Amino acid sequence: MALLQIAEPGMSTEPHRHRLAAGIDLGTTNSLVATVRNGLAVCLADEKGRTMLPSVVHYRADGSIEVGQAALAAQATDPRNAIVSVKRFMGRGLKDVTHVESSPYDFVDAPGMVRLRTVQGIKSPVEVSAEILKVLRTRAEASLGGELSGVVITVPAYFDDAQRQATKDAATLAGLNVLRLLNEPTAAAVAYGLDNASEGIYAVYDLGGGTFDLSILKLSRGVFEVLSTNGDAALGGDDFDHRLFCWILDQAHIEPPSSEDARRLQMKAREVKELLTASEEAPVRVRLGSGEEVNLTVTRQQFEDMTQHLVRKTLAPMRKALRDAGLAPEEVKGVVMVGGATRMPQIQRSVAEFFDQEPLTNLDPDKVVALGAAIQANVLAGNRKDEDDWLLLDVIPLSLGLETMGGLTEKVIPRNSTLPIARAQEFTTVKDGQTAMAVHVVQGERELVSDCRSLARFELRGIPPMVAGAARIRVTFQVDADGLLSVAAREMSSGVEASVLVKPSYGLTDEEIAGMLREGVDHAGDDMLARALREQQVEADRLVEATEHALAQDGDLLDAAERAAVDQAIAALRAAREGSDHRKVKQHIDALARATDEFAARRMDRSVRSALAGHKVDEIEL
Amino acid sequence: MSIDLQQDFFTLFGLPRRFELDERALEAAFHDLQTEVHPDRYAHLPEADKRRSMQWATRVNEGFRTLRKPLARAMYLLELAGVDAGLETNTAMSPEFLMEQMEWREAVEEARAAGEVDELEHLHQRLRQHGREMLAGLQQALDQQGDLEAAAETVRRLMFVEKLQHEIDDALEALES
Ligand SMILES: Nc1ncnc2c1ncn2[C@@H]1O[C@H](COP(=O)(O)OP(=O)(O)OP(=O)(O)O)[C@@H](O)[C@H]1O
Ligand SMILES: [Mg+2]
Repeated sequence: MALLQIAEPGMSTEPHRHRLAAGIDLGTTNSLVATVRNGLAVCLADEKGRTMLPSVVHYRADGSIEVGQAALAAQATDPRNAIVSVKRFMGRGLKDVTHVESSPYDFVDAPGMVRLRTVQGIKSPVEVSAEILKVLRTRAEASLGGELSGVVITVPAYFDDAQRQATKDAATLAGLNVLRLLNEPTAAAVAYGLDNASEGIYAVYDLGGGTFDLSILKLSRGVFEVLSTNGDAALGGDDFDHRLFCWILDQAHIEPPSSEDARRLQMKAREVKELLTASEEAPVRVRLGSGEEVNLTVTRQQFEDMTQHLVRKTLAPMRKALRDAGLAPEEVKGVVMVGGATRMPQIQRSVAEFFDQEPLTNLDPDKVVALGAAIQANVLAGNRKDEDDWLLLDVIPLSLGLETMGGLTEKVIPRNSTLPIARAQEFTTVKDGQTAMAVHVVQGERELVSDCRSLARFELRGIPPMVAGAARIRVTFQVDADGLLSVAAREMSSGVEASVLVKPSYGLTDEEIAGMLREGVDHAGDDMLARALREQQVEADRLVEATEHALAQDGDLLDAAERAAVDQAIAALRAAREGSDHRKVKQHIDALARATDEFAARRMDRSVRSALAGHKVDEIEL
Repeated sequence: MSIDLQQDFFTLFGLPRRFELDERALEAAFHDLQTEVHPDRYAHLPEADKRRSMQWATRVNEGFRTLRKPLARAMYLLELAGVDAGLETNTAMSPEFLMEQMEWREAVEEARAAGEVDELEHLHQRLRQHGREMLAGLQQALDQQGDLEAAAETVRRLMFVEKLQHEIDDALEALES
């Protein structure tokens, strides 16, 4: 809120106070955390100098939790409790999970998101991911020497609403303030584009451990504009491993392997796959639990033959993204390669062939996403400097629709719309005196509701009773800059706000999150309470400071009575801040925010006007 | 005194209210406005600012989308002039036009059934050309003659053409996967 907003939005209100911010690449296989230090984005390492944290969480029988390198070994010895590639389960039901049969986990088929039964109880993928985030948060705070004011977390561009929400929930559980969910290919484009001062149309091809994204961006005068995105949220290096794993089972005539053997062979498959990137052939030597030994050799040619269909699966998304952007392959100036799996020669070849040019590999494909996220986090936290005058415009990857009669979908927001976006839709009642109505929101491109992903069911309540067809209920779907949907409803003829009851199909309810948080608080006791208070105090100080700056700058926008109300809210917050109840501080923060709502609107108007004024001057000069 | 979120898009983007459009000026204004109001500029600020910023950025995106596409722009101009081009029913279309549409539709259906990708691409291209000619007429009607009736008629025809193009896109997509 603020002073400098008018002249330079996003600039720090106090230039000398640097806010600690980090970018997090929460990957299927590896996770990283990066930050901007002295104007340069760097990945942060653990005490042994390793930047990549394997995305593995081991729940141990003694109640402790190991994450990363330390948990890797447990994969083969305690596969049921050592969770790998948990990102594949985020916002997903059991029926969506591929390769269930060769997974060692004890899945719990609850309605909604799949859960895993571990020695420490039933865990949601959100909780498992939160463990990874906590380690990265600790690493960043130790390295930066203070609490993080906010983070940017990357997600695959093709993640749907449920997967994004699950990621954000994991961050909440890990005690992180999420400034933005940023699409992985877009993060890579920022790191690449700013590094090379690129202009023109670029494609980002991101094949990681579990996901595939293809984004087409237009880079011009500091604007990164995503034109279209496509992909497959369940295609990655893991699938190449799985093919090789099946091949080994077949060749070595292994009947259904034990969980331990399966994990051993899967780990071997990955190792061999990676070896084949540089070598023409590789040995497969594994000792099974029975003492029996597998001894095979696989050539690169064999591997390429058995994974051909996977490479081909990346072609359709490339074509679709180009078509949605209205471009031909030759109009793409450069193809940025991201993700460890793009090292495979057959991938490099297929991309080169499709775009008829050698892909760009001059950035580290493992780190580029985290670096881009760090650059974005630094700016979003309020540390924007003059040279950071760039803008990101991203899109929604999949259309949003509503269920209509006969199980058909009606599109409300088309895919590849620039975010944020809102659409309103009007409904009416079908019965006399009807006071409630159900709405089903889905995401996807298919015509049948059953072929799309169910996001949520909403119940509109509190519709004033009228004759059938008389009520006009206007439902507004708003997708924010994180790609997350929210819904509001209003009955138009009476102006009554209908309440919206959200039942996420795959996500956790607010109560569940609160419950998990409470559990954490109970464990940590006073520590957590102290931390919560400190966080609210920092937030309160920031808000008071920003408000006062804004008043100094734009106080003329308020009349005396309005001004008095704001001053009063500031005083009340100041008083609450000195107390010890974090909830009370929060209450007064919200109250001050409400009291300045209209003020914020007027300042925004003023800044828009100044943008337009600047623009007209430009035009006259032309 | 304050700028109204509801002000028309041409005013919002500082462009003359007409069909002919300077695309570069539109894009430049779009970027300038988003630079000012985009939620990324407000991420570290209180909720009230974030919410405002989202509303503004949403409005700016909506405006850009509406003005950029010729058909949407024409419909919007008609709407500003109090004409709802979509309201009239098909019966208002000339029989010749409807005949022609049937023929197009049959051609698309045949190509789809036979899985002829090249033929579909070809039809797509011809439709695009057809659409371009209609757009030229639309500009005449809107900017020069101020003939809103004629413009509305052309807009309705263009809506048919666009729908058909989407169907071809869908058919192509289905054939590819
Ligand atoms: N030299 C190599 N040759 C082949 N594959 C490799 C090589 N190095 C890494 N990989 C593969 O890359 C994948 C991991 O890539 P990366 O770390 O980019 O994924 P991630 O970011 O964790 O996943 P995602 O982005 O899908 O969530 C693994 O499948 C790994 O086996
Ligand atoms: Mg990745």
